[in-house]
Amino acid sequence: MYNEKVIDYFMNPRNVGGMADASGVGEVGNPRCGDVMKIYLDVDENEVIRDVKFETFGCAAAIATSSMATEMVKGMTIDEALKITNKDVAGELGGLPPEKLHCSLLAEEALRAAVENYRERKNNQTVTPPCSICCDGCSGNDHEEEEAFIAETSRVAD
Amino acid sequence: METRKVYLDHSATTPVAEEVLNAMIPYFTEGMGNPNSLHQWGRDARRAIDEARESVAGLVGAGPHEIVFTGSGSASDNLAIKGAVWASKRVGKHIITSAVEHHAIMDTFKWLGKKGYDVTFLPVDKYGMVHPESLKEAIRDDTILVSIMYANNEVGTINPIAELGTICRERKVLFHTDAVQAAGHMPIDVSHLPVDMLTISAHKMYGPKGIGALYIRKGIKLTPLVHGGGQEYGIRSGTENTPSIVGFGEAARLARRLHERGETDRISGLRDKLLDGIIERIPDSFVTGHRVERLPYHGSVCVRLIEGEGILLRMDYVGIGVSSGSACTSGSLEPSHVLLAMGLDHATAHGSVRLTLGKDTTEEDIDYVLEEFPRIVDTLRKMSPYKGG
Repeated sequence: MYNEKVIDYFMNPRNVGGMADASGVGEVGNPRCGDVMKIYLDVDENEVIRDVKFETFGCAAAIATSSMATEMVKGMTIDEALKITNKDVAGELGGLPPEKLHCSLLAEEALRAAVENYRERKNNQTVTPPCSICCDGCSGNDHEEEEAFIAETSRVAD
Repeated sequence: METRKVYLDHSATTPVAEEVLNAMIPYFTEGMGNPNSLHQWGRDARRAIDEARESVAGLVGAGPHEIVFTGSGSASDNLAIKGAVWASKRVGKHIITSAVEHHAIMDTFKWLGKKGYDVTFLPVDKYGMVHPESLKEAIRDDTILVSIMYANNEVGTINPIAELGTICRERKVLFHTDAVQAAGHMPIDVSHLPVDMLTISAHKMYGPKGIGALYIRKGIKLTPLVHGGGQEYGIRSGTENTPSIVGFGEAARLARRLHERGETDRISGLRDKLLDGIIERIPDSFVTGHRVERLPYHGSVCVRLIEGEGILLRMDYVGIGVSSGSACTSGSLEPSHVLLAMGLDHATAHGSVRLTLGKDTTEEDIDYVLEEFPRIVDTLRKMSPYKGG
């Protein structure tokens, strides 16, 4: 089902871990759907991504795509990084099974969320984050179960 | 050093036992005759099939004329459900099953639902067990069929089949049970069990794939799904698959021998060691399904804050074969319907792992899994934004 490159990035993920003093952090996904990605950026004064780390709860494709995405953006400016799409990430991995494209989209979104967070911090703005509860777009569902789970688990998240 | 290979997915399928294979081989060549032919080649094949039918019937306490061979467990389930519903002379369109059935049952019921039948899916408790009271309440005057699995494939829980069947009998409703996971692994005796139809599959008990059987209690009429040459008492036409039927018969003999040899106690002992070891060594893990009313070879756990596919692939990498009910392994965004019906939340259900033992599983195999599994969970947890508590 997975090619060798995906398996390699899953078995030996690059840039895994947290970052204590990140300049931007993006978290997307939802444990209900079986995948949550968190990307940490260390951006220098020229807006170049000096370092990047990720933490992912999810399947092999989720771990491999977050690992690949972090590897791709290291050394890029944040504007360049924003141009990376889920197709680019999946392409660099030599392709993903169709049902796993969802995971690569998550990697793109996590990266975007981290850059947005960086800009917010820089400009001291607050932007309402998109709904990170629903697996396939928010349809105004009752989020009680997810919120309870997130509240319970996030006590040790950071 | 070669990686140790530990196959712990016997609920998915089992290897064909050597004696089963040896029994089958002659029927591909010299025993190739069509059992419906009158000549010696045909008669030899017929004799072999008759013997196999007696052996399979004996495994579940049935008479040989009450056993029909089919192409798989799914084919048996479909024949039982559709065949019974279509043959029913009772006025009524109500059919009952449980929320945790195999897809061969569940999807057949859903399909019949679309065709105008009124379907009730009975709830289960936190162990995945159907309660007789809920069946009692669900049966109506227009109920024509109830199908409830003998034991669950994902969590191993055994249902109170005798009680469920008794309720059906009192209300004069046909009762089918899918015993694919149970048959050959625990004693089943339809001569003392109020069951009208029962599904068995050879490849779950060291027989070949592509051969199933349906026990149909004497006197029960089914509408055939396959019309043709009238084989299998006219209920399932098609030239008999002699080698596979012979293999099934041998597998049934093997099952009895294993049981007499004390295999049931041996395997459940190893399974308990495995489950106890897992919950002791892996923080935030727990056993799913019933601990006592459980198939002897069946183990299943949930590891919180971990996605099952990651565990499965990393276990595979170190030579251990297991399965998972997470969404990612099912190719959808929804985790296993069984675990959700048992009341597990989605996030936890994603961390389900099933480990099912076989006759060749050794204590060393279990020790190896108990060494590798916690290490793998630890690695995956270190990658996760949720570190566990």
